[in-house]
Amino acid sequence: MFYYSIKRLLMLIPVLLGMTLIVFAIIHAIPGNPALTILGTKATPEAIHSLNRSLGLDNPWYVQYFSYLKDILSGNLGTSIQTNSPISSEIWPHLAATIELSFVAMIIAVFVGINAGIISAWKQNSFLDYTAMILALIGVSMPVFWLGLLEQWGFSIKLQWLPSIGRDDIRNSVDPITNLYLIDTLLRGRLDQFWMVIRHLILPAIALATIPTAIIARMTRSSMLEVLKSDYIRTAKAKGQRMIWIVYKYALKNAFIPILTVIGLQTGLLLGGAILTETIFGWPGVGLYIYNAIQYRDYPVIQSGILVIAFIFVMVNFIVDLLYGLFDPRIKYR
Amino acid sequence: MSEAILKVEGLKTSFFTDDGEIPAVDGIDFSVNEGEILGIVGESGCGKSVTSLSIMGLLPSPPGKIVGGHIFYKGEDISHAKESKMRKLRGNDIAMIFQEPMTSLNPVFTIGEQLMEAIRLHNHLSKKALTERAVELLKLVGLPRAKELLKEYPHELSGGMRQRVMIAMAMSCNPKVLIADEPTTALDVTIQAQILDLMIKLNRETHTAIIMITHDLGVVAQMCNRVVVMYAGKVVEEGLVKDIFNHPKHPYTEGLIQSIPDLYGKKDYLHTIKGSVPKPGSIHKGCLFAPRCEFVMDKCRVNTPELLGDSHKSRCFLHQEKA
Repeated sequence: MFYYSIKRLLMLIPVLLGMTLIVFAIIHAIPGNPALTILGTKATPEAIHSLNRSLGLDNPWYVQYFSYLKDILSGNLGTSIQTNSPISSEIWPHLAATIELSFVAMIIAVFVGINAGIISAWKQNSFLDYTAMILALIGVSMPVFWLGLLEQWGFSIKLQWLPSIGRDDIRNSVDPITNLYLIDTLLRGRLDQFWMVIRHLILPAIALATIPTAIIARMTRSSMLEVLKSDYIRTAKAKGQRMIWIVYKYALKNAFIPILTVIGLQTGLLLGGAILTETIFGWPGVGLYIYNAIQYRDYPVIQSGILVIAFIFVMVNFIVDLLYGLFDPRIKYR
Repeated sequence: MSEAILKVEGLKTSFFTDDGEIPAVDGIDFSVNEGEILGIVGESGCGKSVTSLSIMGLLPSPPGKIVGGHIFYKGEDISHAKESKMRKLRGNDIAMIFQEPMTSLNPVFTIGEQLMEAIRLHNHLSKKALTERAVELLKLVGLPRAKELLKEYPHELSGGMRQRVMIAMAMSCNPKVLIADEPTTALDVTIQAQILDLMIKLNRETHTAIIMITHDLGVVAQMCNRVVVMYAGKVVEEGLVKDIFNHPKHPYTEGLIQSIPDLYGKKDYLHTIKGSVPKPGSIHKGCLFAPRCEFVMDKCRVNTPELLGDSHKSRCFLHQEKA
């Protein structure tokens, strides 16, 4: 297990190197000039030239790429063209916002998705099954931005139950320590603010959770259906075990591998920042950060942002790979 | 032998599909006495397994359903008993072992967890007592290294060992009746013999009655006191093993006996019963075996014979006429 982890970690290196190269190539293939964006359309050619030189944009592409790589390895993600501050310190608050939102969304998705899938499989072809699967179909098909707008209209504007935008109230903002507000408010002993942060999380988390919930529910259902037909479930019944226990203990553990795969993939996707959800709910996450950078042609931010997302995605799936062994003893790591 | 512990009367089990009702078991009667080994023999699809699942209340429902008859356990009808009542009986009073030891154990839980659960469901024991009982059971079924085995997973065991674990699990609460649904079919011959010996030993030691469901008359000859021969969802012959082997009273049983390969006999073609078991519900009148019978008479195709006789019963006009 230990050697397997090391081996897998080493295998991540070429993957991440490839990522940097691809991102670098795509960004440079996009038409548009950052100097022009910064200085405006009325800038003189001399001004553009000198800015290009100070940003290193007049060097050949491979020089730019290698200096970028060197920086990454020394922990320096570069400087934002837009704000002129180091990206490594700028990106964390955004990443933290995304992590917090994704985490809550995934908790909802896993809890609701797995239970809906289990009940569907257990009571196959029943009214409950059909209802759950129709809802799942709506869940995967409904555009997130539309659901987000509906939520805001219903729960914020009409009912005025929940805030519609941001991570906290402007007049009562959280004093960050880790930038994970749920943790920060607790560290500062501000339970009132903790509750406020939760209230801000609910609507965007639900919007973000719909697709993963639906996908997890469908995967759970099909995986459970197969397991519930197997001989060892019949053995458990023959022992006199209760059905609810059989379903949640015996069957679920067997059915969990494909569900875990889906959870891993979806978590990776959410952590990449959900641009639509973050835009609608004014959530200052990494998706919104990169989106703004793209608009501004802030190459270093885009490169670093995508690299960080790719890194997270790869790491989440690495962890999922290691978790498989917990659920299925037949999986051996070599 | 003492009184019947399990009695099946006129049991009818059907499957309800899109094509309508398909009767898999069509009015069968038999009984098992305390401490007895009863064989139920028949080809694939004759309703043996459905019978055992009906007794256990484990029919896949829907589509399966008991549509008639009674199942008496210790004189009480359990054919339509509540699930909670059945749960108390299952594993505790009536236990079952299955055909496929390779897939009948849960692959992601250890042998110990599965075995101790079977005990814990019907007994209140401390953790230490549970472990002791589990080790004792594994030793009872002849498994070496019992303590270490508790921590192992099913995939680390051979087929024969897994079937022993299944037997240990079934015997964990000293059941009064053990239903063994082709327990040796998936095993190779030497292991098969060991498992059968083990079951005979357990029967003698614990006095648990065994219903041995099989398609192998050799197994019946080796193990059973009495045997019930089933064909297309009906009992066609029933009696003591020696009577049935020496004087079969139904052409189907005769055919089965003749198709046992002889270890020392001349190397010739094996006898076969021509044709195959009719699809359930496809024959509506006359004897169900008539289309395949060598001795078929005109009335066999029109009238349905009854199961008649005292200790040796058969459902055949030919033999009833002789008598």
